[in-house]
Amino acid sequence: MQDMDRAHIAGDAAEHVLTYADGTSRRVYVTSIETPYPHGKLIVSRTNTAGIITQCNQSFVDMSGYAMDELIGQPHSILRHPAMPAAAFRDLWDTVQAGRQWHGYVKNLRKDGGHYWVYAAVVPNIRDGNIAGYTSVRREPSRVNIEASEARYAEMNRP
Amino acid sequence: MSFNFTVSPSFPNERISDWYIFNTWLQRSLSLPIHLELYDNFGAQRAAIAAGKVDMIHANPFDASLLVREKGFRAIARPEGPPDEMVVVTAADSPAQGIPDLTPGTRLACTDDPCVNTVGRILLEPANLDTGNTVEHRRDTYIQVAKEILRGEADIGFLPVVAFKSLSSLVRRDLRVLVTSDAQVIQHVFLVGPALHERGDDIARLLLAMHETSKGIAMLEALGATSWQPVQQEDVEFMIDIISTLTQ
Ligand SMILES: Cc1cc2nc3c(=O)[nH]c(=O)nc-3n(C[C@H](O)[C@H](O)[C@H](O)COP(=O)(O)O)c2cc1C
Repeated sequence: MQDMDRAHIAGDAAEHVLTYADGTSRRVYVTSIETPYPHGKLIVSRTNTAGIITQCNQSFVDMSGYAMDELIGQPHSILRHPAMPAAAFRDLWDTVQAGRQWHGYVKNLRKDGGHYWVYAAVVPNIRDGNIAGYTSVRREPSRVNIEASEARYAEMNRP
Repeated sequence: MSFNFTVSPSFPNERISDWYIFNTWLQRSLSLPIHLELYDNFGAQRAAIAAGKVDMIHANPFDASLLVREKGFRAIARPEGPPDEMVVVTAADSPAQGIPDLTPGTRLACTDDPCVNTVGRILLEPANLDTGNTVEHRRDTYIQVAKEILRGEADIGFLPVVAFKSLSSLVRRDLRVLVTSDAQVIQHVFLVGPALHERGDDIARLLLAMHETSKGIAMLEALGATSWQPVQQEDVEFMIDIISTLTQ
């Protein structure tokens, strides 16, 4: 994936280099600006079995800060925030590849360096007995659960 | 022998006669004996489904999961019209301005509509409210749900947007919407069971062309839709996957 473009970042940002599960890396910029979850909405996206985004709804586009055509065809890790521990996503992939549903709190990185918190579910799309892809449905988390997740992930990230 | 048709009990009562008119039209157009059986509540309709007494159904999205995945029903069409969204309402003079202001012990009035209740429960999650720290009052109708709030017997209520809009302006004036769902893809669907699979394509053709005649438009309007749109089996499978994440 391409590095983030500093020109799209709103305000002061910290620079991080993310290393993904496949060994590739990407330079990202992170601000402290949180975009509140849009009340009442479900944020939906789908991927193929390799985690490449194939479909998403307008709420997904709006929250990410990207345009629809910047998202389709990209790895879902385009939204990965450096505050998220790799172990959370390892657990996600282990669970869904085993044919089960995963639920968890996720902090996502926006195109502008800001973030948004979601309570996410990922479900394998089982068609004719095979996993044809994955669907993720996110909903609004409570403030208390966001704070608890933030603390837990910070602990997991401590070297 | 006639085939049994039923409609998800979530539609407003005023539309009962319109569904009978639709059924008569369906029978004539298909030259098929079809019996319309309407159930008062979701429990009764589920019992009929379990007993194999349903061959064709305008299904609630939550029942569509069971019908498609376990009973071999096939998706034919979906109504185009106002989306199937719901609202969480409170009394106009309630101190709560948004969902996060609700507190444990909140009394909630609702009916037995599984779709409205599941989506409603999700909309309460930002306040950390669940079945363990709320008191649920099940009522038979949406009017009763609204009246409970007006009488101060419930703090909030779950209503489909269509039911909320059909309340009298007097009742609506004393209620306030805390949040409206925007789930988009979760919709009612018209399904045919295994006994009617052979006629599935005929039924689909008939429904999809319904808005091409003025009589068809009038019937659709009475049912709260503008047309029937095609659905692929994958559209329904996708909806079912989404719903499965909401019920766990
Ligand atoms: C359907 C689906 C949705 C996903 N949604 C997200 C997401 O919103 N944010 C995110 O960081 N990762 C998401 N992931 C996980 C990513 O695929 C990826 O594992 C993660 O960003 C970490 O990157 P890495 O596994 O390449 O190290 C999703 C995966 C799937 C299958």
